[in-house]
Amino acid sequence: MKAKNIMIVGVGGQGSLLASKLLGHLLLSQGYDVKVSEVHGMSQRGGSVVTYVRYGDHVYSPVIDQGEADFIVSFELLEAARWISYLRKGGVIVTNTQQIDPMPVITGAAVYPDQLVDKMRDAGAKVDALDCLKLAQEAGSAKAVNIVLLGRLSHYFDLPLEAWMRSIEANVPAKFLEMNQNAFRLGREASE
Amino acid sequence: MTEKQKELMLGNKAVARGLYEAGVCFISSYPGTPSTEITEEAAKYDEIYCEWAPNEKVAMEAAFGASLAGRRAFCAQKHVGLNVAADPLYTMSYTGVNAGFVIAVADDAGMHSSQNEQDSRHHAIAAKVPMIEPSDSREALEYTRLAYELSERFDTPVLLKMCTRVAHSQSIVETGTRTVPDKPYEKNIPKYVMMPGNAIRRHPIVEERTRALIEYAETSPLNRVEMGGTELGIITSSTSYQYVKEVFGDRVSVLKLGLVHPLPVRLIREFASRVKKLCVVEELDPIIENHVRGLGLTVSGKDLLPVCGEFSQNLIARAFGRTCDVPYSLGESIPGRPPVMCAGCPHRGLFYTLKRNNCTVLGDIGCYTLGAVAPLSSIEMTLCMGASIGALHGFNKVRGAESEGKTVAVIGDSTFMHSGMTGLANVAYNQSNSTVIILDNSITGMTGHQQNPTTGYNIKGDPAGKIDLEALCRAMGFECVRVVDPYDLAQCDTVLKEELSIAAPSVIISRRPCALLKYVRHKAPLRVSSDRCVGCKSCMRIGCPAISIKAGKAHVDNTLCVGCGVCSQLCRFGAFESTGKEA
Repeated sequence: MKAKNIMIVGVGGQGSLLASKLLGHLLLSQGYDVKVSEVHGMSQRGGSVVTYVRYGDHVYSPVIDQGEADFIVSFELLEAARWISYLRKGGVIVTNTQQIDPMPVITGAAVYPDQLVDKMRDAGAKVDALDCLKLAQEAGSAKAVNIVLLGRLSHYFDLPLEAWMRSIEANVPAKFLEMNQNAFRLGREASE
Repeated sequence: MTEKQKELMLGNKAVARGLYEAGVCFISSYPGTPSTEITEEAAKYDEIYCEWAPNEKVAMEAAFGASLAGRRAFCAQKHVGLNVAADPLYTMSYTGVNAGFVIAVADDAGMHSSQNEQDSRHHAIAAKVPMIEPSDSREALEYTRLAYELSERFDTPVLLKMCTRVAHSQSIVETGTRTVPDKPYEKNIPKYVMMPGNAIRRHPIVEERTRALIEYAETSPLNRVEMGGTELGIITSSTSYQYVKEVFGDRVSVLKLGLVHPLPVRLIREFASRVKKLCVVEELDPIIENHVRGLGLTVSGKDLLPVCGEFSQNLIARAFGRTCDVPYSLGESIPGRPPVMCAGCPHRGLFYTLKRNNCTVLGDIGCYTLGAVAPLSSIEMTLCMGASIGALHGFNKVRGAESEGKTVAVIGDSTFMHSGMTGLANVAYNQSNSTVIILDNSITGMTGHQQNPTTGYNIKGDPAGKIDLEALCRAMGFECVRVVDPYDLAQCDTVLKEELSIAAPSVIISRRPCALLKYVRHKAPLRVSSDRCVGCKSCMRIGCPAISIKAGKAHVDNTLCVGCGVCSQLCRFGAFESTGKEA
């Protein structure tokens, strides 16, 4: 099997490292070769962050390049738009519709573009957009946006639900397990 | 920790695992992205003594002492950290080791979190010590173990070169068991006392060792040939190897170098003779390429590939004439999202005060370097660890009264311990009328919250010695040592004006713990009363990511706000009010 590519993009501090950890665990448990590349250090301070998850029979490069991503999982709408050139022909953008103003917008040096979901669809991309913050809060914590997104992503994978649930169990603290399981289901079962 | 199993592991954690399995007993490091997690992960093994040292030079010397005493030792740093530790390194090349000694250095091609993009291989060449370089986590673990065998076999410190993409990528490793060798310490003055009479005799031994290492490089399992046709042969190493394989698979021949200094001769000549076209794919400087050309071979490399920045599969594919499909793009520009100081960051209030007073600010290395970014735009210089104080002294000496009343150095608590103290000693000794501000957030922030000598805790979070900054500055002869709370803008303003106006060197300690520290108790988030807010945007001058303008009025994002209250001190209309709900 040729390597498959999942990009996780968002704003530093939104919890993308947990999402990649969970995906890595899941894909390893399915017998794949897996590579995950993360960003640490300065970019984490509220900047644009990207994590690459690659899996297949054999994976060489730890990064995903332009035109290669089967999925772009985005924690924030502007970030989905920023990375659209990384989407492979026929790939899917799974994005939270939450908007977080970057500093150039806060200071007035730039404007947050409107209608981004439509614009990405007009560009020909398949976009699955969901208010994950709302669903996360419904599940019990605004911090569960990452798990809601993974629930949504699971939709596109031919993997048993228990495999996802086992990876959640292995990667979140026991006291938050039920909340995260709920968040996952809400994302998986939500309609756009 | 169960033995012998397959795990998905971060490159840095794989190095830590290799240290454990190699029987390493002592680790001393200073944190620096992308090297930090090696030492953090190693500290989770009870069998290994680990510590954060005040800087890389001290760390390397401490680890050398442990090696001399007969136990396998290690230190890690980022590329610029090795500059700080270069002094002991270059002479340890002469003394050699007792028990194995491995030094990790992590380069940051692409400068994800660094002030320059230097290529550490130059240090290996200049110090005349071997350097090995893994290309993924599996090799990171295996090479770390092997590095200790080489260190003891060739009587040399061994450099283990990491880069961001190997350090911060996870891939599958197979773990093994730990064995701890023990070597006795034996007094050996000619080997370990590097005064001229002895060092003169050691230098030829270093040269002989390099010749032996070149011979080892010819047949070492670290260097391997993967033949895939005779049209194109690529010599590569590290993460570049992974990109080359991603692009070409098994369709080209590859000489993959795991020992990047010293480089083999016969192995390269033989590889070159088996292919029609020879090319070197290496990030940063053309070190392998120049070596190959020095052998009289025709080779391409930096004529096709850049010196600056990091590589990727598309970059290499395009360099070799392939096209890469980019199927989707948007017609409009997307605003950038640079890193910013966090909501509630204690540095924000201090930088706002410096900006209001129109200060010239000489900066240093840490989260607070973001004080150079709009809208605070305060910092006017950042060079290397500790440089703020040294530079301030020189600046004031030549500009005198013109600058003394408005120029300051800002430096974090950890950076001050690292190499700011010696700069401060220079101010005290050579008496410049300088005002130094120590931004004491009680942690090493940028690298992800490491303890340091001012925090009172060690790497494991246990109580440790605690250096008293005020007492230290007074002991150096500073009579004016003031402490301010950066959440209190009026106090910051008053104290800054007073200390800049007096004709004596002074230290201001801006003290409040990092807002991200788990023990910090936050106040309830604020909200904006839309009745009172007039949309004047005064609160926007501090660049808080929690505040934005929505429909002409200030708006607070209550998932980010920690209730620090700096914004409310800027509002003349009292529009900020507490939500009353503690986070």
